[in-house]
Amino acid sequence: MNQKKLLIGIAAIAVAFGVFLLEHSLRRRPTSLQGTLAPDFSLPQLTGERLELSAYRGKVVLLDFWATWCDPCREEIPRFVDLQNEYGSQGLQIIGVSMDDEPGPVRDFSQRFKMNYPVVIGNARIGEVYGGVLGLPIAFLIGRDGRIYAKHIGATDISVFEGEIVNLLRSKSSQLGR
Amino acid sequence: MNINFKNGKMVLAVGAVLVVSVSTILAQQASLIPDARLIKPEELVKVLQSSKSEKPLLIQVGFHVLYAQAHIRGSEYIGPASSESGLQQLRKRVESLPRSKNIVIYCGCCPWSHCPNVKPAHDALQAMGFTNVKVLYIANNFGTDWVDKGYPVTKGD
Repeated sequence: MNQKKLLIGIAAIAVAFGVFLLEHSLRRRPTSLQGTLAPDFSLPQLTGERLELSAYRGKVVLLDFWATWCDPCREEIPRFVDLQNEYGSQGLQIIGVSMDDEPGPVRDFSQRFKMNYPVVIGNARIGEVYGGVLGLPIAFLIGRDGRIYAKHIGATDISVFEGEIVNLLRSKSSQLGR
Repeated sequence: MNINFKNGKMVLAVGAVLVVSVSTILAQQASLIPDARLIKPEELVKVLQSSKSEKPLLIQVGFHVLYAQAHIRGSEYIGPASSESGLQQLRKRVESLPRSKNIVIYCGCCPWSHCPNVKPAHDALQAMGFTNVKVLYIANNFGTDWVDKGYPVTKGD
């Protein structure tokens, strides 16, 4: 009888420890992805074709996590269209990762706003891989070497993006002269 | 005379469009939720961690892709209350509950003033007669104001 109680007790402690570990593993760690290689992914575009981030190595990539229901995201997109027009020939590639639950509104939005860069349909997994996309917009600037230079949470002044993009485009090593 | 009549109709049409647009915007404005109906993250954490407090029914009224990454442990996913289907799901979930039930709704998809979900959800519950509803005040987003602070979360569907 005592042995049975002991076993139940050990099992309860093991379960509690498991829950504790799970919760702590989910807490956002203070370390950022800055300076590390941007996690590669392969996700479907609105066209149905898959897009692999690694295919853009050698370009400066602005990876924009957004959604059609996010006001600040919608406000940023015409500015991103301008940036793609302005700096695309110099090696900038903007990639949108839509975090909408359904692709329909994304397709409509993309056409209405004449988005001139690829948009992939994101999911929870890509959000986790990029440190948790738990609020939008979130944008990552990736250098020609595939490393993450900056992460911007929330609406960001377009001049900030432009300054960083110009710096990255000029820098052969993508180290931004730092 | 005929021209005036046409102009009058046009003014009426423009007015109607404006009224509908403004009503839609106001219906989604989280900023219009009375302060007395808000609960701060630190207050909710205390409630959840207390062994004495009655635990509220926690409902996430935002988007699934965010919920699947992280949500408050014990909270239920309903669907975005900015859509009619999300509101229907919400009404269906709570219709059999006593109107005094302690309910906390939250989203955290966007900065507070831009959240399209919490206000419609709050209004729907209020219209149903629920008297003990609180809305979790998430100033920036769920990541910054809940996860980054180390408050308890879990993930999955």
